[in-house]
Amino acid sequence: MSDIPGQLRYTREHEWVSVEGAIATIGLTDYAQGELGDIIYLELPETGTHVGKGDPFGTVEAVKTVEEIYAPVTGEVLETNAGLEAHPELVNQAPYGEGWLVRIRMSDPSELEQLLDSEGYREQVGE
Amino acid sequence: MSPARRRCTTETPRKTALHAWHREQGGKLVDFAGWELPVQYSGLLDEHRAVRRAAGLFDVSHMGEITVEGPGALAAVQRLVTNDCARLADGQVLYTVACREDGGVLDDLLVYRRGPERFLLVVNAANSDKLAAWVARQLGGAAAVRDASADFAQLAVQGPASRELLLACPLLAPAADALRGLPFYHFAELQIAGEPLIVSRTGYTGELGFEFYLSPALAPRLADALLAAGRPCGLQPAGLGARDTLRFEASYCLYGHELDEQTDPFEAGLFWLVKLDKGDFIGRDALRARKDAAAARRLVGLALPGRKIARQGFCVFAGDEPVGAVTSGSFAPTLERSLALALVSRGAAGAALAVEVRGERLAAETLKLPFYSQPALRA
Repeated sequence: MSDIPGQLRYTREHEWVSVEGAIATIGLTDYAQGELGDIIYLELPETGTHVGKGDPFGTVEAVKTVEEIYAPVTGEVLETNAGLEAHPELVNQAPYGEGWLVRIRMSDPSELEQLLDSEGYREQVGE
Repeated sequence: MSPARRRCTTETPRKTALHAWHREQGGKLVDFAGWELPVQYSGLLDEHRAVRRAAGLFDVSHMGEITVEGPGALAAVQRLVTNDCARLADGQVLYTVACREDGGVLDDLLVYRRGPERFLLVVNAANSDKLAAWVARQLGGAAAVRDASADFAQLAVQGPASRELLLACPLLAPAADALRGLPFYHFAELQIAGEPLIVSRTGYTGELGFEFYLSPALAPRLADALLAAGRPCGLQPAGLGARDTLRFEASYCLYGHELDEQTDPFEAGLFWLVKLDKGDFIGRDALRARKDAAAARRLVGLALPGRKIARQGFCVFAGDEPVGAVTSGSFAPTLERSLALALVSRGAAGAALAVEVRGERLAAETLKLPFYSQPALRA
């Protein structure tokens, strides 16, 4: 059974979003990291990049598969998790903590309303 | 990432005798070649490293077993495969391929000689039905051919600690002498707990290792006994994910990747499996012609910069010219590099090569195969 924290919002594509003011922190869910298996490399956008909701903005390379990562909200990339360069396995080990991916300054916070809550996401992953 | 891709299939995957055991051990089960098998337990990299460092326990019951027995058995097996089974003594195993008339590879397989007229063929799960039908059709009534897959569960214990842990396993006490002295690619037939058991010094990881063939009823008991005896040595259950990265590092061919019906054994670098002078066999004329013409393609080993993985089907370039494709690619956990096996046109084998990874051409370094080898394997 995956860990699906109640206070976060989720995309159908398995990203989570945590919001503080206009800043959204984004990561991959525990379910997603479990499905991917051992992650060995992440390609993340550079700081300052503008991303649109639903756009692919990075890739996650696991031993068995590679997947795109999609932006849950529109905005500007403020920061990427530099720790993942040397330790991509943090996404497996602490998907909601040290394994976060990027921080985005949202240009339209109302987009958050289109995201799933934890119940909706749990239903989506069928657990 | 994209929504989880669930495989839609109308067929229920088959379960091995260890199905419940895998769940108890926390195995993550997936559909593989029509079988529900664990892809991993603690994690692919962890299991891979456990096998290189200590040992791993694999359920390989999905492999198919075909028996060929009777006065015509040797002649029949000789006709089916490219390697020379006449050189086998009782208790010896031979790696070989079976080819079509045109030299394309139907499967790679192991031949066990259990007696002068008794052979056991161990074939790939995905090819099991195809091979059983092919063998029966080719041999007609020349020998008694039987798909015995349902009779056998198969376990593999692989890793430098494997012999030591097997000797510490009380259930295998009757096999201790055989296990101690068993040479590479030899097997012994024994009885444990009143049931027959075949144990061979074979495997698919590039490490010292053993494979067990036994009744499905006995399999969970042996798995439990092995794990109990092996835990102190570092033995862990290992899944299909680690099995693939281990065989990839050792540069062993995998059917459907380096081998298929469109590939001949020479292209895949398996020259040593083709004995053109052993007498007639299926595909011999075609293979002789292909050998004389020199293989059209060659299997090469490539290393990529960084950690992006070149996956099966990715295009290989020499300059601007596409010269082949990746057959297997992975992050190699022991070597900590992104590596790939690729079939490229013969002329390109010595050239500077690049792999196109999602639109980006990455210059590749050509490496000698195998990527990983362990001298203790054959000792």
